[in-house]
Amino acid sequence: MTTSPTPRRRITAGVAGAVGLLLAVSGCSSDGGGDASEYGAPDSDLKASITYGLWDQNQVAAVEENIEAFNEEYPNIEVNVNVTPFAEYWTKLQTQASSDTLPDVFWMNGPNVGLYASNGQLEPITGAVEADDIDLANYPESLVGLYNVDDVQYGVPKDFDTIGVWTNKALFEQAGVELPDGNWTWDEFQTTAAEISTALEGQGIYGAAGGMDGQTTYYNTILQAGGSVIDGDTSGYASEESQAGIQFWTDLIANGGSPTIQQLTDTTADQWFTSGKLAMYWGGSWFRSALTDTELAADVTVLPLPAGEEQATVIHGVSNVVSAASENKQAAQAFQTFLASEEAQQQQGDAGAMIPAYTDTQDAFTASMPDANLQVFLDAVDYSQPLPVSNNSAAWNALETELLPQAFAGERPTAEVAAELAEQMDAALAEE
Amino acid sequence: MTSTTQTPGSPAPTGSVEAARAGRGAPSPARRRRPSGDGFWPWLFLAPLVGGIAVFYFWPILQTAFYSLTDWGAFGGWDFAGFENYVTLFADPSLYLSIGNTLLYTAIVMLGIPIAVFLASLLNLPGLRFASLYRVLFFLPYVAMPTAIAMVWRIIFNGDFGLLNYGLGFLGIDGPYWISTPGAATVAVAIVGLWSSLGFAMIVLAAGLKNIPPEMYEASELDGASRWRQFRSITVPLLTPSIFFITIVTIISSFQVFDLLYAILGSSNPVLPKSMSLVYFFYREGFVNNDKGYAAAIAMVIFVIIGIVTAIQFRLQKRWVQVD
Repeated sequence: MTTSPTPRRRITAGVAGAVGLLLAVSGCSSDGGGDASEYGAPDSDLKASITYGLWDQNQVAAVEENIEAFNEEYPNIEVNVNVTPFAEYWTKLQTQASSDTLPDVFWMNGPNVGLYASNGQLEPITGAVEADDIDLANYPESLVGLYNVDDVQYGVPKDFDTIGVWTNKALFEQAGVELPDGNWTWDEFQTTAAEISTALEGQGIYGAAGGMDGQTTYYNTILQAGGSVIDGDTSGYASEESQAGIQFWTDLIANGGSPTIQQLTDTTADQWFTSGKLAMYWGGSWFRSALTDTELAADVTVLPLPAGEEQATVIHGVSNVVSAASENKQAAQAFQTFLASEEAQQQQGDAGAMIPAYTDTQDAFTASMPDANLQVFLDAVDYSQPLPVSNNSAAWNALETELLPQAFAGERPTAEVAAELAEQMDAALAEE
Repeated sequence: MTSTTQTPGSPAPTGSVEAARAGRGAPSPARRRRPSGDGFWPWLFLAPLVGGIAVFYFWPILQTAFYSLTDWGAFGGWDFAGFENYVTLFADPSLYLSIGNTLLYTAIVMLGIPIAVFLASLLNLPGLRFASLYRVLFFLPYVAMPTAIAMVWRIIFNGDFGLLNYGLGFLGIDGPYWISTPGAATVAVAIVGLWSSLGFAMIVLAAGLKNIPPEMYEASELDGASRWRQFRSITVPLLTPSIFFITIVTIISSFQVFDLLYAILGSSNPVLPKSMSLVYFFYREGFVNNDKGYAAAIAMVIFVIIGIVTAIQFRLQKRWVQVD
């Protein structure tokens, strides 16, 4: 710093300089990558160091096994695993994307893939598919579509989850209600829930529970009623079918089959279930890990979701994607391709933290709770539909959380709430 | 009696105390001197601090001010948008709602200041046993992680199984679902905010209390003043500089409340849109809805509000803070 006559002038100059620099820096707006580079499996002696970003500590052990197997083929590619808890994962990823410091390979999910892909942050897997290193037919079809944005494929699912009814057999016995056989309708479900709630009212036990999580609750019923959450570029909430799917939960709460929305905010549905105060919980296949080593586990079995107009469940799965800004793209893509292979997927499945997506690698999952009929989650793939997403899903997810509880609680008619939600959601979609 | 050496009501000690306080409070003539005679040396020593503040505070403020005038793309691209963000913002009911919630939160947390003054002077009573133990107990919430605190309070506030409603039940009161009822949710978060701010306020006040010469209490005791009278006429007036400091800090941190609210209410809470604070509103727009230009505009509004409120406080302090 040079000495100038008075401090004041120096400050003025500093501010002017700062503003000038600010304009200069911000002027170079990044347009992202996305230009598909040549794909080719690297030589086995390629030397590189890449980072792998993910959020689930439970899966790290299996990932380490994957890396070990990967290094047998590519001994000189070093993979550094970077675990960030889910709550901070997306905030961090946004910051990394804005500063071009994304991990070379990282986990992506359905609600976010549109945002990252449409802004040129992700490298397509087109090359690997054309070279037959990845065959899309080996993964659940509805999930492959989730990672296809504007007709470009950015990844394949590494795992999947579907929704089922986790059931506490002991509570059915206690209530003197017969356990359904799993081939059931909405009406049968509603009646069963209400019967259990009534029978065990004195102990504060409920038959079933709604909630604010669309993926495990109302998305499923909307699809079962023949409606849709998002239809092309517009909201599906205005349709009568979608409203019927919402009304399902309003009715369940109104007839006493479920705790109220306020009760479910204070104590979430999965907490009601794990506390032994809930007989039927609509939950994802991932809920199995919450039951491991609990006393409850012996009493639990899984039933398929009840059918509405049709049978349906939401399917979702995480994918491995490569950053478009990666400096070691060849190594990153080799690792991505390996993670999608049967060998890597089998390792993941055997570790048991989730259901791998590759066809016929799922045995370890069903065997992890042999008496609980986990096969339901695998069978559900046949009638599954992908989690509804758009290029900025978070914007309308916030609207759902804000508005739908008013319908569930019966404060306002479902049709009115759904119409308002559809209108606001359309506005949010138009801004994408 | 220990104070026999002093004449009751003698002007000497009081006078010297006032002189000392004045010396501490008013800027000394030396500090007003222009630095011109010293050349660049003072700046050299200030550079590390000023540099840090410039890079980590002033620069981001300037950037935020600039980006509030842009339409920011998801990952860094931007288009100049003029005052569009501000026009939208001032027409957005969420802004006024979140200002209202923030004010309610701040008002409740401010109730902690008189409580802290009272508790701190209790802890300062001569001959109190286990005083340092109490001090640690009161300070613990301040050093505990907000998320850990929030998890415990979430359980306490639980409508069906919570400790609070269980206790209220004994009094025949049917407690609300604290964290899932609009209005009650803001109050619930503010109660936790008040509780966790007590520790810091008390430490600052305890330091202030140590500066009050014991002679004043001894003198007033000889004049027959009760403990309560001493508290009102000696403790509180002489603590006003500390109270002023606490007030400023509490108001600023209350206006910035986010972590407690986020952790206690939970991000999927349906009452959140009705109970959010200004900073939560900023977070939602910036990091959930990916509208960073709009979020920058909210941040500027928060900045200006805090600036104005703090300026008003400094203006008003002359009326009640006993410095001069």
